[in-house]
Amino acid sequence: MSDPFLKVRGLTAAFTTRGRDVQVLNGLDFDMAAGEAIGIVGESGSGKSVTARALMQLAPEGSSIRLGGSVTFQGQDLLQYSERQMQTLRGSQIAMVFQDPMTSLNPTMTVGAQIDDMLRRHKGLSARPARDRTVELLERVGIHNARRRADDHPHQFSGGMRQRVMIAMAISCDPALLIADEPTTALDVTVQAQILRLLLQLREDLGMALMLITHDFGVIAGMVERVMVMYRGDIVETGPVERIFDAPEHLYTRALLAAVPRLDAPEAKP
Amino acid sequence: MSAPLLRVRDLAVTFPPRRGNPAVRAVEGVSFDLAAGQTLGLVGESGSGKTTTGRAILQLQKASAGSVELLGRNLTTMSGAQLRGMRRHMQFVLQNPHSSLNPRMRISSILTEPLLVHRPIPRDQFAAKVDSLLEMVGLDPEVRNRFPHEFSGGQRQRIVIARALAVDPDFVVCDEAVSALDVRTQAQIVTLLADLQTRLNLSSLFIAHDLALVRRLAHRVAVMYGGRIVELGTAAQVYENTVHPYTRTLLDAVPVPDVQAQRKRLRNAAPPPVFPREYDPRHPCVFGEVHAESGTPEWHEIAPGHNVSCRFWPAGMTPGQ
Amino acid sequence: MSDTDFVTDDDAPLPQRRKAANGDRWMVGLGLAMLALMLILTLLGPLIAPYDPSMTSPNSLAPASAQHWLGTDSIGRDILSRLIIGGRTTLLITVVAVCLALAAGLVLGLTAGYIGGAVDQVIMRVLDVIFAFPVFLLAIAVVAALGPTVPNLILTIAIVYTPILARVVRAPVLSVKSWDHVEAARSVGVSEFRLVTRHILPLAISPILVQVSLTLANTIFTVTALSFLGLGPPPPDPNWGGMLAEARQFMELAPLTVIAPAGAIVFATLTFIVLANGLREMLDVAGKR
Repeated sequence: MSDPFLKVRGLTAAFTTRGRDVQVLNGLDFDMAAGEAIGIVGESGSGKSVTARALMQLAPEGSSIRLGGSVTFQGQDLLQYSERQMQTLRGSQIAMVFQDPMTSLNPTMTVGAQIDDMLRRHKGLSARPARDRTVELLERVGIHNARRRADDHPHQFSGGMRQRVMIAMAISCDPALLIADEPTTALDVTVQAQILRLLLQLREDLGMALMLITHDFGVIAGMVERVMVMYRGDIVETGPVERIFDAPEHLYTRALLAAVPRLDAPEAKP
Repeated sequence: MSAPLLRVRDLAVTFPPRRGNPAVRAVEGVSFDLAAGQTLGLVGESGSGKTTTGRAILQLQKASAGSVELLGRNLTTMSGAQLRGMRRHMQFVLQNPHSSLNPRMRISSILTEPLLVHRPIPRDQFAAKVDSLLEMVGLDPEVRNRFPHEFSGGQRQRIVIARALAVDPDFVVCDEAVSALDVRTQAQIVTLLADLQTRLNLSSLFIAHDLALVRRLAHRVAVMYGGRIVELGTAAQVYENTVHPYTRTLLDAVPVPDVQAQRKRLRNAAPPPVFPREYDPRHPCVFGEVHAESGTPEWHEIAPGHNVSCRFWPAGMTPGQ
Repeated sequence: MSDTDFVTDDDAPLPQRRKAANGDRWMVGLGLAMLALMLILTLLGPLIAPYDPSMTSPNSLAPASAQHWLGTDSIGRDILSRLIIGGRTTLLITVVAVCLALAAGLVLGLTAGYIGGAVDQVIMRVLDVIFAFPVFLLAIAVVAALGPTVPNLILTIAIVYTPILARVVRAPVLSVKSWDHVEAARSVGVSEFRLVTRHILPLAISPILVQVSLTLANTIFTVTALSFLGLGPPPPDPNWGGMLAEARQFMELAPLTVIAPAGAIVFATLTFIVLANGLREMLDVAGKR
């Protein structure tokens, strides 16, 4: 049998600040099949976002990150890649959508120009076809008047629309894996539902693998096949999504699930 | 019947035009009563005016019309000094625990400040009060000399709550008080709030966008859209006998922690209805009334204590659909 | 609760706050040490100055020697003693003037920033008018009109530097006043005065401290330059700028007569610049929330 699509073995991550190392991932092992949707659930400090950043080898602003172990993506060990090789891989093979699209979009460029750039860099398209493809992508994520809106700047979009733009940019180069880190946390419930629906649809149409990172079990429920629960840099439980919801084994998973507020089960009120 | 603790009538807030943008009517015609010991949940999406309503009730935002009566006294017409005195009865818990504490003040000073302002107890009892407040919100009094940055988000929110309760207020506005926290921390803080409400017979206005969370705390729920309350009733009425289509849309959008149900929802959901902002009282409303002729407010009682506005109904949608 | 085994706190081990680097502290330390040296020399001036600064002697334009460490000037006065005593005048004018400017700047900047609106517009436009003149030209004009006495010099320099300090106070106040903790304090019923002094000013203090340091450096320079031009404190009291002016014509004969006061001016200016830079870096980092 060939290597799985994504094979992570003994992945460790440590932040180095002023000579002091703080370990945030304690050796993660997990696999992902091509086209699979997997959810990573955990609270802040669990290491769920760091896991995504480790796969992309992106360090948060103002810090440096030291990685260990191995990340085999489509047969290649990414931890052996040079920064230049990673740059070609980011965006084209693995793309990422963040919680706050405002910080990941360039405020001084029109959104069209930013997607054009991706297409020209990774796909080698020239200006005209790149713009056509950009408009197509914006329409695909549900932006009306896409040709006109492509000339708008990020701040001219609402939060939900901006997240759609981010998604259009992420799927522009047909990535094999899309990582979405809390993509709906900053959005209203109705907009959240729309974005989740869009992600689900895109995944089915494009056949890409999806890694959905969130603290909200409700968001995970309808979106993924498998769930990994993280706590303080470790995967404490992993399994099919139905099993995790119906029969959580780990105490922490149970605690997390119990804390999710439910519309249908009001607490006893004073 | 005794007078309610808080009575809000026709509250409106209009932001003046700025830099070429027209004036914004952020809140319009908001009216409700709040009885002692009760919690009113105020839900809505961003831009619905829920936060502005909360700030206008606390007189942190000037109301352009309407009245707010707390303990029978009208806050909107009070002088600055009178109002400062009334603040002893009403307190505020802000959303972001990371920014609502002065980073340069120790916990003890933060908690002493309301006592210094209102002097509900003699000065030599301040230290004991600080300790009892910290204990009340589940923190070790030993932390009194620390600075806010030494605490986690949940702990800071406990300190914010302790500060709000320092002067034994009758009424608290909680503006998205737990939405910046992790789920388990949220659950803990909500439990704390519920517990404090019973113990202190506190009334509160709980502003949140998370409908499931509001359900855990609120006796009555008001749903806001476009600066107005569109549905108001007991929690059971609003959540189980939902009448307004906007409330329905909000409820349908809440993800449920149930794999099969949530999958079905995401796949089969119809596109959300478009809620019209325009409204003409000269035409019959969805309930068949012509408000321009009858002179009645656009506010219909569906069941005792359960009211909906006939505004913002999408074309073709009738009540109960 | 079943989840008591698992810490809920979001005490992520991610680096959130950086401590000031040792280098930054070192810079502030150096600045403070230089300042301390200067203060000791000037405060204890009459006690440690080896000679009466006004005492002349036939031994004029002497080079450095065991009797006169820095030599003597054209009428035989001891340069070291004149430097120490002259520093008192220069530093007194500088410090008092900057304190006055800071007081005025705080009042105006806080009022403009906190109240905002029309009040802000009026205050800032008036200050802009003062600010529009080059500092030095304005100082020359005012001193020339009022006469070169020590109080006049202090007043002039205070007026000239007030707009800069007012601006530096206003900008952070404008932003801090809309922060959540200020609203929280207001909702508790805290008075306006306490809001400004306890909740706004302490968070706006870093840029103000840095600017005060820089203004001190500038003021030293302005005071000595005015004295050099003959608009300084009147003789016979020595002052650095005046010493430089007197010695200019003997520069080739006795270089020390020029080098000594020039060195003192550079040292004093440098002290405050080092302090300003150190403070800026230290507070910049530590002030991040």
